[in-house]
Amino acid sequence: MNDFLATLINGISLGSMYALIALGYTMVYGIAKMLNFAHGDIIMVGGITTFTVMQYTNMPPWVAVLAAVAVCTVLGVVIEKVAYKPLRGVSSLTVLITAIGVSYLLQNVALLTFGTENKSYSFSFLTALNWQINEHLIIQGSTIVNVVIMLVIMVALLLFVHFTKQGKAMRAVSEDNGAAQLMGINVNATISLTFAIGSALAGIAGFMYIGTYSQIGAYAGTMPGIKAFTAAVFGGIGSIPGAMIGGIALGIIEQFSKSILAQFQLSALADAIVFVILILVLLIKPTGLLGRQIKEKV
Amino acid sequence: MALAAKWKNMRASTRKKLLMLGGMLVVFAILQLLLSLDLLSNQIQSWLVPCCYNIILAVSLNLTVGILGELSLGHAGFMCVGAFVGAFVSKYFDTVNPDLSAWIRLPLALVLGGIVAGLFGLIVGVPVLRLNGDYLAIVTLAFGEIIWNLFNVTRVSLDNGSFRVGVGGTGLSNLSADAVPLVDGSLGITSVPRLGKGGFAIAFVLAFLTVLLVMNLIHSRTGRAIKAIRDNRIAAESIGINITKYKLIALVVSAFLAGIAGVLYAHNAGQAVATQADYGYVMSINILVFVVLGGMGSTLGSMIAAVVLTILPEWLRFLSDYRMLIYAVVLIGMMLVNGSPAIKAVVDRGRQAVKQKIKNLFIRQPKKEA
Repeated sequence: MNDFLATLINGISLGSMYALIALGYTMVYGIAKMLNFAHGDIIMVGGITTFTVMQYTNMPPWVAVLAAVAVCTVLGVVIEKVAYKPLRGVSSLTVLITAIGVSYLLQNVALLTFGTENKSYSFSFLTALNWQINEHLIIQGSTIVNVVIMLVIMVALLLFVHFTKQGKAMRAVSEDNGAAQLMGINVNATISLTFAIGSALAGIAGFMYIGTYSQIGAYAGTMPGIKAFTAAVFGGIGSIPGAMIGGIALGIIEQFSKSILAQFQLSALADAIVFVILILVLLIKPTGLLGRQIKEKV
Repeated sequence: MALAAKWKNMRASTRKKLLMLGGMLVVFAILQLLLSLDLLSNQIQSWLVPCCYNIILAVSLNLTVGILGELSLGHAGFMCVGAFVGAFVSKYFDTVNPDLSAWIRLPLALVLGGIVAGLFGLIVGVPVLRLNGDYLAIVTLAFGEIIWNLFNVTRVSLDNGSFRVGVGGTGLSNLSADAVPLVDGSLGITSVPRLGKGGFAIAFVLAFLTVLLVMNLIHSRTGRAIKAIRDNRIAAESIGINITKYKLIALVVSAFLAGIAGVLYAHNAGQAVATQADYGYVMSINILVFVVLGGMGSTLGSMIAAVVLTILPEWLRFLSDYRMLIYAVVLIGMMLVNGSPAIKAVVDRGRQAVKQKIKNLFIRQPKKEA
């Protein structure tokens, strides 16, 4: 029972991180209709920024998070302006390949400046937050932080999207950007804003990555990025609550399959199980859990 | 005379195809000549086979992405199947009967590798082709990841003439002392017989056959049906084209060819180890870059992009740490110049201006009389 609960809690913790990353994917996809493959690497940049601030200065952790958010937001907006904006309206595959180019670029800049080795760092304040339920079950501080951050951001984002003018503009652009433009909405500014928000979330996810894995390296963003993308599709790409449900479900599935497979010395297959479940979900419900069904018109 | 008349009466597409295949043969002849005269450095020689298997991969993926119009992010998965099956066949015969001629062993490995990869294409295709767009892309990605992960835990040993198969991290139990591990989990298949001296010729023949097959397929009745599905699925369906059948044909042929490329890949490397970099989505994306950069749907474009992008990172090796950085910048730059309407306009204007300047150099402007 305790093992079960521990696995479940670990899954929720990991899933909260996935959910946050998936939000970035899903918002950008919903509005710009592009798969931003560089999103995972922005997490890595966020993580490295957090690491650098914590390691080389005496600042408190929240300053590190703010720094990561600031760096990632600026980076996201710059990438959007330089690499994606000139390609607006061009086939989505062209944009996809450009995003892959950006991803390589970020990884290689990180390799050159940060080095090829993973560097470890653990936050001391997280262990202070550990919560002892009984003698066998501890809820890690990182879990509490992950879940709280994720819930706060989710609520804030839903409120933003539904109750502000900017949020309304975002929904309009995602619905039909031509019509939105005719209504006087600045589509370019709205897309930039979406990239800024998505990248800021990636910055926070970078901080969560260090909290969860206690290390960071130039390739750190790749796997969480791809899994979060899976989570976004799982929940129905374009849907904000879908990203949360998909992320958490994926985290839980991953932790459980890891702990079950470990008994057969097959933990290497945990990622494969995640993908098998993704395939099953999509085959049964092809637009994801909360995705909208689009009627085909002739 | 008769030949010239025939050439004139040919369809444009046939003429283009013959020119392309002829061009390939000329390039091959020149390279072979240089090889036999020993004029190519070892470094350049080591690029030849990779260029060929990348051409096969690019041309075959172009069939799915460019001609069928479905984004596949799992092409390397089929390549992985081919690599493992082919390497397994070669290793098995090399273990059981080392005297067997490579002329029997290699074709067998290629055919089996291709066929099993094609079967995987069928297995993956039936569920995947129910989806479309980005969902199809993510499912192909998922399949690709599953495939290499499965090979990563597979273990096969040859124990007194019979196969012992298992999965997992610790290895097989109750093996006799003289058991030979053929597939060793995450260590993969090692010491696969390499292609050797004639490797480039074999690889070229396969690349040539691939291009021939794909070009013929594209310009056949089947190919036109596939393109009709790409251009408008509903219209194609309404004139009686069996969507599932033609989609499956395209996917299975594409997977078969990727399998062949995988066999070449494993025999060139002398091993088949299931890793993310070799057979995961990173590799799939590399292949996709060939196709998109070459211009989707263009076989010639895919080939050129495959060759350029195989050589570019190797050629940039002297820049050591900066090479992938420059590769990334070049990639983004090429996509922007090719894709962006605004940048294209600037480039065109620049070209016009340069042309005008050159013209002005040669043609004296008539002087106006005062």
